[in-house]
Amino acid sequence: MDFNSVMSLLQTALELGLIGSLTVLSLFLSYSMLNVCDLSTDGCFTLGAAVGGVVAISGHPILAIFAAMGAGMLSGLVVSFLQTKMGIDSLLAGIIVNTALYSVNIAVMGSSLLNMNKTETVFTMMQGWLKGTFLENQYKLVVILIFVTLAVVFLAVFLRTRLGLAIRATGDNPAMVKSSSINPVITTIIGLCLSNALTGLSGCLLAQSQKSVNIDIGSGMVTIALASLLIGNAFFGRGSITKRAIGAVVGAFVFRLVYTIALRFNMPAFMLKLVSSVIVIIAIAGPYLRSRLPILQRKLQLKSGKGDK
Amino acid sequence: MLKLTHISKTFNPGTVNEKRAISDLSLHVNKGDFITIIGSNGAGKSTLFNAIAGSFLTDSGRIELDGQDITLMAEHVRSRQIGRLFQDTRVGTAPGMTIEENLALSAGRGGWLSPISKADKKLFREKLAELQMGLEDRMKQPVGLLSGGQRQVIALLMSTLTTPKLLLLDEHTAALDPATAEKVLALTESIVNERKLTCMMITHNMESALKLGNRTFMMENGNIVLDVAGEKRSGLTVDDLLDEFRKVSGHRLDNDRILLS
Repeated sequence: MDFNSVMSLLQTALELGLIGSLTVLSLFLSYSMLNVCDLSTDGCFTLGAAVGGVVAISGHPILAIFAAMGAGMLSGLVVSFLQTKMGIDSLLAGIIVNTALYSVNIAVMGSSLLNMNKTETVFTMMQGWLKGTFLENQYKLVVILIFVTLAVVFLAVFLRTRLGLAIRATGDNPAMVKSSSINPVITTIIGLCLSNALTGLSGCLLAQSQKSVNIDIGSGMVTIALASLLIGNAFFGRGSITKRAIGAVVGAFVFRLVYTIALRFNMPAFMLKLVSSVIVIIAIAGPYLRSRLPILQRKLQLKSGKGDK
Repeated sequence: MLKLTHISKTFNPGTVNEKRAISDLSLHVNKGDFITIIGSNGAGKSTLFNAIAGSFLTDSGRIELDGQDITLMAEHVRSRQIGRLFQDTRVGTAPGMTIEENLALSAGRGGWLSPISKADKKLFREKLAELQMGLEDRMKQPVGLLSGGQRQVIALLMSTLTTPKLLLLDEHTAALDPATAEKVLALTESIVNERKLTCMMITHNMESALKLGNRTFMMENGNIVLDVAGEKRSGLTVDDLLDEFRKVSGHRLDNDRILLS
């Protein structure tokens, strides 16, 4: 493999990884901070892509970004409303909304496929602006980096504000929050709205980047993002909020990189979801199995008669 | 300050597990009272606290705090005025957040979107330094790394950062080793006295029940069976208290964790 193809491989991994990292940051907020596993992520990602795609096709690529984030926020509002005000279990609330979003997304798109080949996007806009500069070929990366940086800075600042602390406490110790002056309903609603706005943004950027929206664009996103988040945790799990947020982005990139390399070595593309599932299983089951290890060892010792009485 | 009129609470009504946890209880706590509460297991001590703090809605009766009817007020709204500590040292703090962040959370100052101010950090540092436990140098460490005693001290500090109208202590030293328990208790006493807080404390230590505070309740079967204060209280010994209990309840005090000295 020559240098150029390695670089282009790296660039693709970086672009796709960073777009996906916005969904990973979304899960960082909902899963790591709020301790809610939001299973509406797949549908919300597609919703962001669909809304963003439709608005961009109508000629407003920048408005599309805000529309996609707004749509994601709305979806997050429904999920959080169901679990805080309607007594529906948080996992179930996510699944229900995810299912409903399938219909919503087709309704938004008008069909199950949107073609944006001739559509102006934030990427083509940036491509025009950067023409003739040394960043000419990196226009996609520039756009994505701007959004990811904004998202990381936002989370790093927001999670240190009083509201951010309250959201973190809601996930960290529900028993304490119950007897403190924090209203867990409010913190859950705000947390999930913000988190899903990021997911919507992520979907919108992918749609504008690949110039098409398929109804299945978000399928499996929650597992892929979770895998990335857990990879990031392995590197930056024990650090400040800023470090952990950056870790989520790095995790997304590493995941993409490994996946891209695997594709190079002829792993079929359809394996993506299996691989991401296995990573999530290993990352979550690993620590549990490790804690069981001493018991297994003792049992083996006893069986072989070497254990102490 | 705190007025409960004829409150009752029955758990699992209409089932075999029906339990009348509080039965037609009325009480009046004066401003500045430091009340110690003793009683058997299941006498309704913690249930009384839960009722006051709003963990559940009472079946009947009214609860007033500082002239305001709080009977129907949500728990998190009440907790702006009521500080609370539990026996379980893990309940009062968020383990994954730093000492500083925990304190900031309960101080509740500034707008919702403002970060912890420099002034607050300085204040937290001073408050922690007063404890003489070296915690002021560990403000950036997650609370989960602290010992149970240290966590309970942080929780105590958190619930008294803004002066609560009422402080509820539910055996908050029971899970600590004796030396730490003594230290936390002394600290509690000094904070309550210094700030002239109105405080109710459940304890299973009969001696501290008489030594601390200015008034003692004894609970049995979901009601207050003994309420002593003033001279009558200062003359009481632990034995008198046990005798008194037998007289009003007809059986011996059977709290399996009761400490006589």
